[in-house]
Amino acid sequence: MNINNIKKQFPIFNNKVHNNDLVYLDSANSSQKPQMVVDRIYDFYTKEFSNVGRSVHYLAVAATNLYENTRTMMQKYINAKDPNEIVFTKGATEAINLVANTFGQKFLNEGDEILLTELEHHSNYVPWHYLRKLKGVKINFAEINNDGEITIESIEKSITPKTKMIAITHLSNVTGAILPIKEITSLAHSKNIPILIDGCQGAPHLKLDMQDIDCDFYAISCHKMYGPTGLGVLYAKKKWLDALPPYQGGGGMIREVKKEGISFGDLPNKYEAGTMATAQVIAFGESIKFLNQIGIENIEKHESELTKYGEEVLRKNNSVKLVGNPKNKGSVLSFTLDGIHAHDIATILDEDGVAIRAGHHCCQILHDKLGLSATARASLGVYNTKDDLDKLNESINKCRKIFDR
Amino acid sequence: MDLKELYQEIILDHGKNPRNLRKTENFNKDAKGHNPLCGDKVHVFLKIDENKNISDISFEGSGCAISMASASIMTDLMKEKKEKEVKELVEDFLQMIKESPEMKTKIISENEKTKLMSLSGVKQYPMRVKCATLAWHTLTSAMNNSQEETNTEKFD
Repeated sequence: MNINNIKKQFPIFNNKVHNNDLVYLDSANSSQKPQMVVDRIYDFYTKEFSNVGRSVHYLAVAATNLYENTRTMMQKYINAKDPNEIVFTKGATEAINLVANTFGQKFLNEGDEILLTELEHHSNYVPWHYLRKLKGVKINFAEINNDGEITIESIEKSITPKTKMIAITHLSNVTGAILPIKEITSLAHSKNIPILIDGCQGAPHLKLDMQDIDCDFYAISCHKMYGPTGLGVLYAKKKWLDALPPYQGGGGMIREVKKEGISFGDLPNKYEAGTMATAQVIAFGESIKFLNQIGIENIEKHESELTKYGEEVLRKNNSVKLVGNPKNKGSVLSFTLDGIHAHDIATILDEDGVAIRAGHHCCQILHDKLGLSATARASLGVYNTKDDLDKLNESINKCRKIFDR
Repeated sequence: MDLKELYQEIILDHGKNPRNLRKTENFNKDAKGHNPLCGDKVHVFLKIDENKNISDISFEGSGCAISMASASIMTDLMKEKKEKEVKELVEDFLQMIKESPEMKTKIISENEKTKLMSLSGVKQYPMRVKCATLAWHTLTSAMNNSQEETNTEKFD
């Protein structure tokens, strides 16, 4: 599949927005869906639908095989050791909640500390926050430097003898900083601390190898990876999934249920209670195929060139101030304009068909630190082109014209 | 409807140079408002005299041009109004922003109504209606002595 013509795979680009071609620069929020993913959902519901893992009839067996096939595809895609290390969740948020809840329940006590960073999305802070009240744990935040990066030194400085878990983002959804997760993981393990990586922004853009990174947990949002909404993946080392208690109780996750007590099922069923997002899981298999057909290395190269180009274009524009200046930067360009609030920017850009996000991007801690109440954010996906970034720049100039008149 | 209607000169003027952006000395009522989706914040201060007149009104806060302009125009308008009149104006304004094509109140001049109507451009931008109404909901909270922070997610 040729990356240069990739827009054609996405039916959304056939539509006009306010009579303009759509310039979609909000992929960090959610990516658009290729035709093959959309078709797969339709085909499954029209020709193959059944619940999985329960009945023995033809459709149920076929659907179960398709569902489990995505698990194996995902295992290979992120090079996990075992397919049972892939747990489907309703999203990355649930994946992190699952770990915070079960790990907190079993392993955390009053006075224990969890180390996050100032870059974290609310979904990698709020689930841990519950443990403050529930268990009396303390939450620490490793500080960013002036470029909006988290360095290994910043993590090292924040680790104390009481640190029992490190939970950090792979790629900041605001500054675009890519964290040295392999080095941080090895540092954490040298001190016997497990580590969770919030991979929402990492997984759609970067090559993943769980055995190489060696992290304990990695949370993935499928709708940011050209897949359906309502689906996430938790990668967890088997030793943790064996050791931790189940997260939710219900059908499908049990072995034996008696009035006196219950025993739980084996992996991966232990963590997949109730009817799962079957169609989404099966369609997500197509997203993995789509990514494999282009090649994640090609995607990384394409997006890295685009990010550099976007930075160049915006730096030349005197009214734009980029947020953060990380050396290792992923597909995110957050910015502010003097005297124009991010929401006004987003509304004006929208009129030209340019879709960006404005606000705090679920990172209030970071925005407080930066002294900004809101920022505008253009974020890239596989379908973006230099032309999109030129259009972004033109629309930014239009904001100035409207506000400076 | 186009952007020029949303960002009329009067909105940009009030948005860039908000009037009454300060803290009333010896205020006797106040309330904070917050739009959690976009981070807009406003804190309204009132000084109500013994005759239930608003002798001073001001606000502090930060946000987009629409929310700042709305707070600015609102505070300008409410000065010297009676408590009862304030309530009527808030209701009438919120009606106008949500559905009514015009303002019905007889308390204010046509000129003042036109000023308020300049905010009606947000009707075409449903996500931005909350920007225009934040200060008004917060003013209501202040009048009601509500201790709870006004949150735009509580209103439609």
